[in-house]
Amino acid sequence: MKIHEYQGKEILRQFGVPTPRGIACFSVDEAVAAAQQLGGSVWVVKAQIHAGGRGKGGGVKVAKSLDQVREYAGQILGMQLVTHQTGAEGQKVRRLLIEEGAAIVKEYYVAAVIDRSKQRVVLMASSEGGMDIEHVAAHTPEKIHKIWIDPVAGLTDAESDDISRKIGIPEAALVEARDVLKGLYRAFVEKDAMLAEINPLVLTGDQHVRALDAKFNFDSNALYRRPDIVAYRDLDEEDPAEIEASKFDLSYIPLDGNIGCLVNGAGLAMATMDIIKLYGGSPANFLDVGGGATTEKVTEAFKLMLKNPNLRAILVNIFGGIMRCDVIAEGVVAAAREVHLNVPLVVRLEGTNVELGKKILADSGLPIISGSDMADAAEKVVAAAKGN
Amino acid sequence: MAILINKNTRVMTQGMTGKVGQFHTINSKAYANGAQCFVAGVTPGKAGQSFEGIPIYNSVKDAKAQTGATVSVIYVPPPYAAAAIDEAVEADLDLVICITEGIPVHDMLKTRYKMQGKRTVLIGPNCPGLITPEEIKIGIMPGHIHKKGRIGVVSRSGTLTYEAVGQLSALGLGQSSCVGIGGDPINGLKHIDVLKLFNDDPETDAVIMVGEIGGTDEEECARWIKDNMRKPVVGFIAGITAPPGKRMGHAGAIISGGQGGAEDKLAVMEECGIHITRNPADMGKVMRRLIS
Repeated sequence: MKIHEYQGKEILRQFGVPTPRGIACFSVDEAVAAAQQLGGSVWVVKAQIHAGGRGKGGGVKVAKSLDQVREYAGQILGMQLVTHQTGAEGQKVRRLLIEEGAAIVKEYYVAAVIDRSKQRVVLMASSEGGMDIEHVAAHTPEKIHKIWIDPVAGLTDAESDDISRKIGIPEAALVEARDVLKGLYRAFVEKDAMLAEINPLVLTGDQHVRALDAKFNFDSNALYRRPDIVAYRDLDEEDPAEIEASKFDLSYIPLDGNIGCLVNGAGLAMATMDIIKLYGGSPANFLDVGGGATTEKVTEAFKLMLKNPNLRAILVNIFGGIMRCDVIAEGVVAAAREVHLNVPLVVRLEGTNVELGKKILADSGLPIISGSDMADAAEKVVAAAKGN
Repeated sequence: MAILINKNTRVMTQGMTGKVGQFHTINSKAYANGAQCFVAGVTPGKAGQSFEGIPIYNSVKDAKAQTGATVSVIYVPPPYAAAAIDEAVEADLDLVICITEGIPVHDMLKTRYKMQGKRTVLIGPNCPGLITPEEIKIGIMPGHIHKKGRIGVVSRSGTLTYEAVGQLSALGLGQSSCVGIGGDPINGLKHIDVLKLFNDDPETDAVIMVGEIGGTDEEECARWIKDNMRKPVVGFIAGITAPPGKRMGHAGAIISGGQGGAEDKLAVMEECGIHITRNPADMGKVMRRLIS
């Protein structure tokens, strides 16, 4: 689960990481009032959306008067902000962060993530702040420094100072950098994050370090014990279809193609998308109905897929293990009747009670195309989507 | 004796009295030698009771002492599952298979840290379990699709493992053992560990290795195969069409930081001599061509 920058900074401050002072706003008037309250003569007006690359897309502006704050807030609020992470349609800006300006001398990158192969939390730091870190990793990997943290000892002062020196933080700021790195690590662990990133961390003219941005991604499996993080959820930033799917415990991700897929199991669901592509089609979605699909879940899954205006055909691919094929077949027939299916439907069933399942489909009187195996089903659904 | 488990294995079930634990205990007990193999259940506070004739103990330690079981399968709900693994590791079991899906990743980091220097082997979490066909099944896979034979199967996914097994059985190719290592980012045995076991197993002639997007485990395994594997390996990676940055159902199935894409994995695997297929319907056929 992702959150906004201003929320991430609230978390960082709880863990002692210094950030610029700022106030979140939902209207132009609030933005001007926030700037007045913050005082000073320079403010940064920052669009709050979950995607990165906001500055390049025109979502971050420096205002040197209250009039400019008003002007920029008016421009940014409500705009469709397009960044490399939003897709071409962009994301509507509904919230702003008004922040005091900072005199920036140097920008760094720091982040905590989980290293899967070492099975440890890794703290990464680079002198190349403000850049896309994937770009740095691809072109100048020697500029990324890493510490794999011992979960019992935590991040030590010596480790913190060492990595700070490696990325060029001056001696005068090393102690404050410990607050940043230790706070970042503790926030990462204690809030069940999968990613905690400060990019950039800046050095100010008076030799202080400040987190100028904050990006978090949390483990959805741990949200049950993090009500404070759940309270940060912003449904406006999520795909409505994915939200709808999650209500029924369906794992659904919309894609660009026109062939809907309904599959049990994540691996088989991905493989089904892949085989559609291999046979010249294009998948409209990833959809895992899970191990215990009921008629209700299958019906909701059909409704979700049918909301997609590009949909031309549906492929149901079930390898019944725990889930019996006859139960799934009944679910498919009931769902197809309820939603008044108007696109071709190809069904491939395999596993427990497969013959009974196939009989239920055949006896239903519905124009269901039967696939004998994955390849046959993929070929048939691709042909059906092309109108053949 | 295939790998990891056989008809002489004695198993305890942690979380046997929950709905999921009950269902799969009945099925596993009914499969092949299950009635002899499943000898204990562990549910704190229910010692002295039994389920389906299987006695229940308060702790893993008690169950081990009373029945001699050295393997555990875990169906405990996610908030308590990592602690269940810890308990099994503390009791020095040989093997722990954690079926539970949805364990917080930071819990698994702590559990894996505590497992350093311990002898217990972990499979999963978020996995279907493992089976040595016609001998013993520990987990949630449908037993009847399997057939005894000489092909090893290892996979991160449940139903995609069934797909591979179903194709093999339909072509008359039986399996030595099938291992689901699970879809979580922090887990026990990796592809490479299972491949090493298959390499040393006299009852395995060849292996199907099924991977998916996320992480670099398949690449590491492929490099090991290139230098060490004496048996042919067929490989498939799910998720060629998966977009980056999206979690595809499994907690570990995500392309992030420019890593974990299917094409990258397939390229390394092919380079290392693995017989890859991009068609998930062809895993069995590619294997048959290789060994006939």
